[in-house]
Amino acid sequence: MKVSFPHMGNMFIPINALLKGIHVDVVVPPPVTARTLELGVKYSPECACLPLKINVGNFIEAMEMGADTIVMAGGWGPCRFGYYAQVEREILRDLGYCFDMVVLEAPDSKLSELLKQVKGIGENATLKEAYQAIKFAWFKLGEVEMLEKRLEYLLPRVIDQNQIEQIYEAGVRGIDKAEDRSSVRMVRLDTIKHMDSLARHQRSILKIGLIGEIYTILEPSTNCHVARCLGRIGAEVSRSIYISDWVNDHLVGGLIKPSNHRQILRSSRPYLNYHVGGHGRETVGNAVEFARSGYDGIIQIGPLTCMPEIVAQSVLGRVSETEAIPCMTIYFDEHSAPAGVYTRLEAFIDMLQRKKSLANMASG
Amino acid sequence: MYYYLGVDIGSVSSNFVLLDSRRRLSAKVYLRTQGNPVQAIKEGFAQVCAAVPGPVKIKGVGTTGSGRHLADIMLGADVVKNEITAHAVAACSLIPEVRTIIEIGGQDSKIILMRDGIVNDFAMNTVCAAGTGSFLDQQASRLSINIEDFGVRALKSNKAVRIAGRCGVFAESDMIHKQQMGYPVEDIMMGLCEALVRNYLNNVGKGKKIEAPVVFQGGVAANIGIKEAFEKVLGTAVQIPPHHEVMGAIGAAILAEEMMASNGQLTTFNGETYINGGEFTSRSHECSGCPNLCEVVCIKRDNQAIAYWGDRCKKWETSLAARLA
Repeated sequence: MKVSFPHMGNMFIPINALLKGIHVDVVVPPPVTARTLELGVKYSPECACLPLKINVGNFIEAMEMGADTIVMAGGWGPCRFGYYAQVEREILRDLGYCFDMVVLEAPDSKLSELLKQVKGIGENATLKEAYQAIKFAWFKLGEVEMLEKRLEYLLPRVIDQNQIEQIYEAGVRGIDKAEDRSSVRMVRLDTIKHMDSLARHQRSILKIGLIGEIYTILEPSTNCHVARCLGRIGAEVSRSIYISDWVNDHLVGGLIKPSNHRQILRSSRPYLNYHVGGHGRETVGNAVEFARSGYDGIIQIGPLTCMPEIVAQSVLGRVSETEAIPCMTIYFDEHSAPAGVYTRLEAFIDMLQRKKSLANMASG
Repeated sequence: MYYYLGVDIGSVSSNFVLLDSRRRLSAKVYLRTQGNPVQAIKEGFAQVCAAVPGPVKIKGVGTTGSGRHLADIMLGADVVKNEITAHAVAACSLIPEVRTIIEIGGQDSKIILMRDGIVNDFAMNTVCAAGTGSFLDQQASRLSINIEDFGVRALKSNKAVRIAGRCGVFAESDMIHKQQMGYPVEDIMMGLCEALVRNYLNNVGKGKKIEAPVVFQGGVAANIGIKEAFEKVLGTAVQIPPHHEVMGAIGAAILAEEMMASNGQLTTFNGETYINGGEFTSRSHECSGCPNLCEVVCIKRDNQAIAYWGDRCKKWETSLAARLA
């Protein structure tokens, strides 16, 4: 049995660790490239959103590398994502691929259910091994996210932005390869030390909150690398969601770590009082949270035709006015042209910079 | 004389202006890019310099538009800015109290909301270019009308026909259909103007508060039919600045002047001999370094590579800097 799974940012690192821990052969799909997207677009319904197309591309490329089992997340509620695992299985079966698909559904309340699901994939693993594999995967994820956050902080501040990206990427690869906790920690410490040692300049930094649909936020190849672009033009980006939050809130029902999910939902009032599917309500709540924590601007991203984000976008105008924070929305699909996206990002950052320097002049 | 050069390389037109040290427009050139931006930049630069008497000394260069990076490479710009900022700066220096800027160019349309002289909010068309200059161009040539006469002809209409304006292609089918039904061509043209304005307000101006004074600029502002349609729908006067078609370039020149004034350095302008004395060519190749297969463009001056772009990993983009260092 050779198991594969879809990409979502650095998610492959914990999944790789998890599956290895339960003695499963893992096939990590190649990174999302133009070819992945081309394959996905070719075999997916045109009106489906970008995540489905990239998933299909990932699966085809993984099966070309010999994968025969696919692990995919499920879901519920009005967002189409919950149905994607089923649709993807049908598409791939119709193409003639032979494989098993395991759909991980969010357990209602018990961690033991997740444990059983995980153990189900690894036939030869004991319950104890499954437990340890989950713990190690979770640990790796936390360490990778420390690197991600450090990069987000430093990218607008350092002078050699190419070098810091290279250091970060080497660090991520190192964590993926490391086989025990102490070596993972060592890689993380070394990488951060190395990143911190780079020369910085003293320009003023804008703080941007990146909100919107989770997959588009977590997988940079779907959003023309907006976070990196913003970092390169002088903005520190904070994402509304990191993989660990998603796993915690949506795969295991908030069982692993304390969650601020409720706080975010509270903040969405009085702008949006209902669950509108997907992360529509979270998007609004996060916008409010960012506005109230002194951020300079908010960028909402999502796949084109994403219903929950469209609902959220229509509410964001009022959030922007009442909370006095500029918001911009960008949707992505396979036709997105990077040049157009960069122009909009640059114009948005320019606007914020001019506003800020004017405000500084007025106050001081 | 000393001048600031502003250059706006767009999809349809390439615009050049020279501003004197008191921000007065000394020369302007409006050229069709015609798919050859390198040639347009050379020609436009030569024309704009020839348009003023005596030798031209450039004190600063600003570039904008989708071809701003190419123009930067060829001219040696001091400021390279996006179109939103450039247009806003230009409109504001002419009409300081402006609150809404409508800009419709060749393939982009934007709305910029200004408050107290700075950009407060903006939007650009994202998924559809119906209603921009290229579409009007195409329809004018289909009706065998000069694009310059489009607006004047449209104003002769007594009763505009309703044209479906959501999609450029369907707008065209609808126009053909209305023609076949026998509607006068003027009424169809005015109907198209109104459809484009509706499309703009629904797609680009979606959810934005449009407040007077409203300034309308960009190439399409030359079309008086569209101006009338905007005034009718918005219920307010729409001002068109005298040099509406080169506002982006004016903005770029002003930004260059501001930059030179603030940092007190000399311009990085490459000089006339660099621009006209060499052959600029561009070549693209597919990088096979990874499965992304990026289309990498290389700009050469007399067989010497001066810029690369298009690669995601920046391997090519940074290779020149490494070689020069």
